[in-house]
Amino acid sequence: MDANYSLLSIEIATTLLAIGVIVIGLLVPKEQKYGLGYLVTIGLTGILLLSFSFYGVNTKLFDGMYIIDDFSTFFKQLFLIAAILVSMAATLYVKKIGTNYGEFFVMMVFATVGMMLLSSSGDFITLYLALETMTISFYILTGYKKNDSKSAEAGVKYLILGAMSSAILLYGLSLVYGMTGTTVIVEVAAKIKVLGSMSPALLVGMIFLIAGFGFKISAVPFQMWSPDVYEGAPTPVTAFLAVGSKAAAFAVLIRVFFVAFPAFQSQWRLLFAALAALTIIIGNLVAIPQTNIKRMLAYSSIAQAGYIMTGIVAASVAGVKGVAFYAMLYVFATIGAFTVVMNFSANTGSDEIKDYAGLAQRSPLLASVLTVCLLSMAGIPPLAGFAGKFYLFSAIVNQGYLWLVIIGLLMSMASVYYYLSVAKVMYMADPVDNTPLVVPAGAKATLLVTMVITVFLGIWPEPLSVLANMAAAALFK
Amino acid sequence: MIGSSIGLNHFLIFSGTLFCIGLFGALAKRNVIAILMGLEVMLNSVNINLVAFSRYVTTEILTGQVFAIFVVAVAAAEVAVGLALIVAIYRSRMSVNVDDFDWLKW
Repeated sequence: MDANYSLLSIEIATTLLAIGVIVIGLLVPKEQKYGLGYLVTIGLTGILLLSFSFYGVNTKLFDGMYIIDDFSTFFKQLFLIAAILVSMAATLYVKKIGTNYGEFFVMMVFATVGMMLLSSSGDFITLYLALETMTISFYILTGYKKNDSKSAEAGVKYLILGAMSSAILLYGLSLVYGMTGTTVIVEVAAKIKVLGSMSPALLVGMIFLIAGFGFKISAVPFQMWSPDVYEGAPTPVTAFLAVGSKAAAFAVLIRVFFVAFPAFQSQWRLLFAALAALTIIIGNLVAIPQTNIKRMLAYSSIAQAGYIMTGIVAASVAGVKGVAFYAMLYVFATIGAFTVVMNFSANTGSDEIKDYAGLAQRSPLLASVLTVCLLSMAGIPPLAGFAGKFYLFSAIVNQGYLWLVIIGLLMSMASVYYYLSVAKVMYMADPVDNTPLVVPAGAKATLLVTMVITVFLGIWPEPLSVLANMAAAALFK
Repeated sequence: MIGSSIGLNHFLIFSGTLFCIGLFGALAKRNVIAILMGLEVMLNSVNINLVAFSRYVTTEILTGQVFAIFVVAVAAAEVAVGLALIVAIYRSRMSVNVDDFDWLKW
């Protein structure tokens, strides 16, 4: 079997970057370690540029165990962009943690590798290993502040619930393997076609898969871990977790259900429609009374996962395109918002919404970025969130799920309330303490990039929409 | 012949029971170490499933057994991280009881 290893160059380069940073971190003296964060940013940017050459490459490696297509390339770029933005923004925050500066970025890059493998996995074994590479890195990152007991608590909670969901997912995978006799996703579909009827064990396996993936994308009723973990984890980790692990889980979920189980489409569409509706409603309603901004963003990200899930319900090229588009702009909005939170707490040590009073006077940049990002999540035109929701909702209207669109629209309106109440505190209230906030250069770059792109994609969604369409079409080939 | 009377269904029922016991342990126990043990039981029930399917369904290829080996390896890594986190939290709370892990609203 001759495999063309140059097709794996993105994954290999990212892994080498992580290992290289570990080695360099051991060699350089402590005070020079702060350059490692920038090294990671530069390395990942190089890999991102390299990844553009992979559009149009649609092939399978190792007998279908590993799939490289436009869909996986699109999501790999999404993870790389998220990692770049977070690594730029996190330098000051990680410096304040005090210990093991370089290893923080190493674990981040390893998590990125896991996500990339996950979006490309064409086999259940690859899928499981990639998923665990990602989640185990995240367990470590979540509990990274060794001396902060909130962080350790979040880590333990994430580990217990994450391991439980992995076990449930794995049980589902084992049942699917047993019923079809293969672990390769494409062959599963072929075997199901041969079997003809659906066996109950296969249905149970599929439901277990939905439960396992539902946990990773924090869909209601599997969302209970995310507010606690988001609040307790170091904020850069929260940003990366909210964006990367969710998008990766969506990518693999779409691949498994669209490629392996097209025969059971009517069953899983119904399940996903119910989950999406519940997730949108509960995520938005519970976000309203929150007083801690990280918890508020956690519930809002649950609601966002609900919107993204509507694209899966559509089960069409347009739906997957909506998912890809929304996931990408969600990266910018979420990382922008969390970067503000990160820098605000690095300056003031607080995550409470009431302490954001008068932020517009203390730091106009932070206040305006947070407002733009929140309004984009609410879907206000002309920001990117509007275009994203438009693609998603028009895709499901075409499939006859009007009730889901109505729920989505009503809840988007409700979400404007809690997003705007943060903006109101920042702009209308007077600051208790008038000292301007210090924002380091890297974080400023992240803030500006996220804000500009969020506005740009809202006004001119065409370029990203073309890429998202390519990604979606590759999946249905 | 006694051996031939044990079939795939026995293994599946056994692993299903084991999975439920593990899930119950993970949900009902208050001690974090015991919860981790419950999780291990769940993962091992999956291994029994995989090996049984490998023996009875795909008799020529060993996919299931290979998968089980990977599961064992990953479970070990997971427990290593889990115990490290538990040590970290024990240092500040002096407890491994989940009822004491209430600084974040559950």
